[in-house]
Amino acid sequence: DGRQLTPPPRMTLRERLREKISAAFYHHGLLCASYPVPIILFTSASILTCCYPLLRLPLPGTGPVEFTTGVRDYTVPSHEPQGDLGERPDWYRGPPVAYIQQVLVKAAVSPWDSSLVPVDVFRSPLGRVFSLLEEIRNHVHSDSTGVRSLEALCLQVTDLLPGLRRMQSVLPEHGCLLVSPGNYWQNQRELFDSDPDPLKTIQKHEPKGLHTSATLRDLLFGVPGKHTGVSHYNRKRVVTYTITVVLVSYDTRFLGSLRSRLKQLHPSANCSLRDDHMVHVHFKEEIGIAELIPLVTTYIILFAYIYFSTRKIDMVKSKWGLALAAVVTVLSSLLMSVGLCTLFGLTPTLNGGEIFPYLVVVIGLENVLVLTKSVVSTPVDLEVKLRIAQGLSNESWSIMKNMATELCIILIGYFTLVPAIQEFCLFAVVGLVSDFFLQMFFFTTVLSIDIRRMELADLNRRLPAEAGLPPPKPGPLRPREAPPPPRPSPHTITLQTPAFRNLRLPKRLRVVYFLARTRLAQRIIMVGTVIWIGILVYTDPAGLRTYLAAQVSEQSPLGDSGGGGLPPHLGVAPVFHAGDPTSTLSVLPAPEPTPLPENQSQGHHGSAGAGPRPQVPPAVPQITWGAEDEEGWRRLSFRHWPSLFSYYNITLAKRYISILPVIPVTLHLSPQEAIETRHPQDTRHPPPPIPKVSADLQTDLTLYKVAALGLAAGVLLVLLLFCLYRVLCPRNYGQNGVAHGRRRRGDLPCDDYGYSPPVSEISPLLLRGHSMDIECLASDGMLLASCCLAGQIRVWDAQTGDCLTVIPNHGLRRSSSSGCWEQRDGWDSVGGATEPECLGSDCREHSFSGDGLSEDEGDLLRRRSVPARPTLFTDQPDLTPLIDTNFTCQPPSHLATPPRGGFDFGGLVERAYLEHESPSPSTYPSPSSAASSSPPSAAHLQRRRSLGDAPTLPAQDRASTAGTQATADWDSSVWAMELRGNLIAAGRSSGKLELWDAVEGSLRCSNEDGVSGITALAFLNNRIVAARLNGSLDFFTVEINKPLGLLQYRGAPGRGSMPPSPCYSSEDVISCQLTRSVQCAHQKPITVLRAAAGRVVTGSQDHTVRVYRLEDSCCLFTLQGHSGGITAIYIDQTMVLASGGQDGAICLWDVLTGSRVSHVYGHRGDVTSLVCTTSCVISSGLDDLICIWDRSTGIKLYSIQQEVGCGASLGVISESLLVTGGQGCVSFWDLNFGDLLQTVYLGQSSDGQGVRQLLVLDNAAIVCDFGSELSLVYVPSVLEKLD
Amino acid sequence: MSLTLTAMTDSTVTGGQQQRSGSGQMSRPSRGPYISVITNRTTNLVIRGTMLFSVGVFLALVLNLLQVQRNVTLFPPDVISSIFSSAWWVPPCCGTASAMIGLLYPCIDSRLGEPHKFKREWSSVMRCVAVFVGINHASAKVDFANNVQLSLTLAALSIGLWWTFDRSRSGFGLGIGIALLATLATQLLVYNGVFQYTSPDFLYIRSWLPCIFFAGVITMGNIGRQLALYEYKVVQEKTHQD
Repeated sequence: DGRQLTPPPRMTLRERLREKISAAFYHHGLLCASYPVPIILFTSASILTCCYPLLRLPLPGTGPVEFTTGVRDYTVPSHEPQGDLGERPDWYRGPPVAYIQQVLVKAAVSPWDSSLVPVDVFRSPLGRVFSLLEEIRNHVHSDSTGVRSLEALCLQVTDLLPGLRRMQSVLPEHGCLLVSPGNYWQNQRELFDSDPDPLKTIQKHEPKGLHTSATLRDLLFGVPGKHTGVSHYNRKRVVTYTITVVLVSYDTRFLGSLRSRLKQLHPSANCSLRDDHMVHVHFKEEIGIAELIPLVTTYIILFAYIYFSTRKIDMVKSKWGLALAAVVTVLSSLLMSVGLCTLFGLTPTLNGGEIFPYLVVVIGLENVLVLTKSVVSTPVDLEVKLRIAQGLSNESWSIMKNMATELCIILIGYFTLVPAIQEFCLFAVVGLVSDFFLQMFFFTTVLSIDIRRMELADLNRRLPAEAGLPPPKPGPLRPREAPPPPRPSPHTITLQTPAFRNLRLPKRLRVVYFLARTRLAQRIIMVGTVIWIGILVYTDPAGLRTYLAAQVSEQSPLGDSGGGGLPPHLGVAPVFHAGDPTSTLSVLPAPEPTPLPENQSQGHHGSAGAGPRPQVPPAVPQITWGAEDEEGWRRLSFRHWPSLFSYYNITLAKRYISILPVIPVTLHLSPQEAIETRHPQDTRHPPPPIPKVSADLQTDLTLYKVAALGLAAGVLLVLLLFCLYRVLCPRNYGQNGVAHGRRRRGDLPCDDYGYSPPVSEISPLLLRGHSMDIECLASDGMLLASCCLAGQIRVWDAQTGDCLTVIPNHGLRRSSSSGCWEQRDGWDSVGGATEPECLGSDCREHSFSGDGLSEDEGDLLRRRSVPARPTLFTDQPDLTPLIDTNFTCQPPSHLATPPRGGFDFGGLVERAYLEHESPSPSTYPSPSSAASSSPPSAAHLQRRRSLGDAPTLPAQDRASTAGTQATADWDSSVWAMELRGNLIAAGRSSGKLELWDAVEGSLRCSNEDGVSGITALAFLNNRIVAARLNGSLDFFTVEINKPLGLLQYRGAPGRGSMPPSPCYSSEDVISCQLTRSVQCAHQKPITVLRAAAGRVVTGSQDHTVRVYRLEDSCCLFTLQGHSGGITAIYIDQTMVLASGGQDGAICLWDVLTGSRVSHVYGHRGDVTSLVCTTSCVISSGLDDLICIWDRSTGIKLYSIQQEVGCGASLGVISESLLVTGGQGCVSFWDLNFGDLLQTVYLGQSSDGQGVRQLLVLDNAAIVCDFGSELSLVYVPSVLEKLD
Repeated sequence: MSLTLTAMTDSTVTGGQQQRSGSGQMSRPSRGPYISVITNRTTNLVIRGTMLFSVGVFLALVLNLLQVQRNVTLFPPDVISSIFSSAWWVPPCCGTASAMIGLLYPCIDSRLGEPHKFKREWSSVMRCVAVFVGINHASAKVDFANNVQLSLTLAALSIGLWWTFDRSRSGFGLGIGIALLATLATQLLVYNGVFQYTSPDFLYIRSWLPCIFFAGVITMGNIGRQLALYEYKVVQEKTHQD
């Protein structure tokens, strides 16, 4: 209750603040709900405005970016950003990490001699690297400014990273970073010369496994492995390698002199490489797979967080819409914060993608959820505006408090003075504020729209219910409500597959099973394997990537430089056609164009261009220089330079290097030289077998190897995971289609996953005695009355299961023509458990004639039932002995074929008797008091009577006293029955209401005021309400005339839901008077009748529910809202009223006001039964689904799939224990979690029959009927649990 | 556990009489059938343990990757060639530890008789995990001026994590205890040369390691408690019965 308009006089500052805040929020809520569209437009506009600066931020990408400048006027860029940057990218500031000077060496032995062995192709060319190295190392340039040597200019490196011990022998340490193939032999010519197999040495350093980044060979040779030509199968016989010098500072003169010196020494005649521009390569923060994994993880966690948060949004029109709005709120607040920060010059140096999840988590979705919940929980009947305003002001204080706390924490973080954290905090602050802004404006407005939509929809559905008004908008709205779609709320899990029918699994298991069912894991693994193989193929040095890279580099430059692109004259390296090389050379600053030396080899044709020369005989290796050599480093992996530097713990991330134009060096070696440098073992190498195949074969083999390896690994992974699954879930969970056999009797209900609930000591008591299917069940806690289709009413002790009374005569009359049922009674008393087989045919026959209304069957029954008559109609003494003797002398052989037409006068007699029957119950005589003389154990005695005996005297005279005027109607069947105290109220299809004494089995009174069949009965205190087939409702009052002293109370004190009914002693005169009859209570037959808390609620097929007051039979409300006949009603002492209809809808009503609280569509088909607990509503439908709903929100919590035909049987024992019936068993469920606790089997013979009715008694016993048997399951431990 | 085992073995037996005798074997007659029914604890425990283990393994892999990337920890080169560039024994160890912690927390809660009620929902747990990953991220990636500052910041973050998501004394105590033990174990490991830190500032390790351990314990405890939430009612009832 945040808003109080009249503040108390004494208030602390805090309270006043709180007051103010909530008032402000209230007004704000009103504003938002009043003008939703302008506000949403405003917020969208502000979001877009704030995000506008984001357009200028570069898009993320991992590839390096390059920028080309001319060599001649190169100066180190300054740190400060300059005004007229032009095309200059942002990163081009300050000196680069290093300058890379590559000396590209192409060497060949020429002319090629047939006496040469393959090793000669590369041995002597490689050998020349050492002299070149010497040359470079010792090059000194001296001029007026001083003496410069390489030592002074190069990048001095220290230790390699400690993890790279293997490379220590190969890569330079503590000195210049100068890399060449000579490093394989520690830059010592002697080692190279004594090396018997240089290829092996090179191969030795290659990584064993598969490598994704630049290999050592690439690093040292400086050209991709394929292009080096260092192999036995080199057909071109040209060896290419580079000497890479890494310089820390740029000295034009030194480099110029080095270039001219090398060119002079080793002139490249036809070389026309441009050397007038240098390329600056900027490396982004590298995001490898390894770095991606934590990132992906944080995102997964983020999405899980969002999922679990938005799942809590309830009671709104569109759950997903609101969830989307919540996510949009958070995301756009983040974007806004980034945009604002950029606007005010705070460029984000942090990796946005990395900190983003943390920001979301810090900002959180809590406020949004709290707002929603608060608004939803405001009274429904208020106006939308007011609801929003109230909800806002209710939560205003906590929202402000949270916000203040978060700001404080962030402020503390800001004072850590760590730049990264400070930046994060700054972002978070801006994000928080913008998030608050969006919550207040955007989300609140969306919420108000949503609530309004819900109200409208609700209103449209409710309006026809209000006092029968015609719907105001009949047009487009009708079809929307006409088909009641079973609206599945998206988060409920309905177990539909048969495999899940018996058991509600814990959620986490369900997730696993879901994965298993959809074979998600296998598919993911498969896809992953494919991707992995793809990556392997792609990144394999000999594989696809290099090929692709080569293709790409031939077609286009590596990337577009920053913003401006390349200046046209510097952009793409032009393919250099034949022309005068001197024109380009003249551009060079330092070196003079060197004249070609005279002693060039004859293989050279200096004047020609770069093109290949077809006329050259193939035996002569031709060294050509093409455009691709100009920037040979492009063919390398883009991780080449970062990995080289990373070995020395130098990161290139977000920095750049400058690559200077290569210095071409051409070496021609004579065959003599090659032979001289031979190692003795070189000649032992076998000549290449078939050089044509092998070159291709090698790369192919690598590919195949990779593929095979990947495949094997993938298969292994799949197998491993499969085994894991088998271990986790030992049963075949994957196949729900497989019929898992019929449950054998005695088997425990073990679901398909190996989980079987343990047994405990619950054992059912079987109550046998009825001959046909039991139709009605009634109980008051101590006694239990049941009525079967044959019209026999039996009263049982609910504690022990003993049969106290058989309202016998009728039952005997019908049944005992064969004598078999009495015989069975005898068996029952003995305790035999077997149902006699002789009943089989009989029972079937009876059950077909179920309702006892069909004429021929009734005749048949009457014909058969003669022998039992005397027990009832002893007022006609002439017939009694005859029948009696007839019965006793009936031979058992005639059981199956009773004599037809033998005793049909019984029916005539009965009809005659019915005519004489006195119709007025008001003139009710008192001879029933005589019945008290019969001992109470008469029923027992009678039950234990063995076959063949005549009915006993007590039964006779009891019947004679009671039956004289209040007579039973045996023609009609019992349609409804109630039991209170020891009075059984039975409503018959003939419209007759009878009151029986439950203990003694005598008819105490009857009322025949109505003619229409009684479809439902309610017996509350001393009133009986009977609903009739014609829609009328009769209120009866039971009057007891008895001495006061004899008043005693019986009944269960257990649950307190029913007031203990007074026990009617047999001395009393009981009369049942019709006090009021509501003729047209409903237009159609009344289907349900419930009474509790002084109210009588009726449901009818005319789609309405009516509430009557019990005292004065006054109709209080007519509740409309169902679009089908009412099939189930629940009302209890706390005035909770729930109704379910044929449309599958469940409505909760407020009995005090008559308004509908909630309305859900739960079932396909009729709702068959309804029970409420304090927290939930349990409904079952014809679709055999039991749904558990949250009572306050109307959200389906979960549902239980029942077995076919057992849907209606359910009961609630305690707040958390639900009982449902199944095929021959009852199951206990934990209501809170939907877990199956236990299944109790009712008996050996109950296998095929489902439990159709289930009644929970007050002493925590459950009675259920399956077929003609009753089962009493006593659940003592529930009482312990209830304590 | 033995109770459920007898119950499970009895589950093959049918018929009222045998069931009665089966339940008679149970040592505590005061325990009603429902209580023993709900607590199918072995299965439950195994499932929970497995889930916690996998979560631990996953987090260990990911977070170790962070550390290895930034060259905070170094493993010998011969182990480096394994899948996630870390030693093979790290994830299983972390998984086992997290399973133990995750099972220990609810167990201790029930022993103390004060079930954890604070913010019991999955979204909160997810938030907690995210903050934990964030703390790791900060420890690996954020460049601090000095180690003391880094350690203090992380310690404050860890305490904040506990205050935001846990707020139970038992959780705090257990976290501190396990963090100290784990730190000790790490010291021993590093001392024996199993791996090393590039720039140790606290004997052989980094001084923020206890904070990370503490935050991890809190996180895993949070997850474990949430997983055990389904059994809480039962446990409560049982304590009531006892």
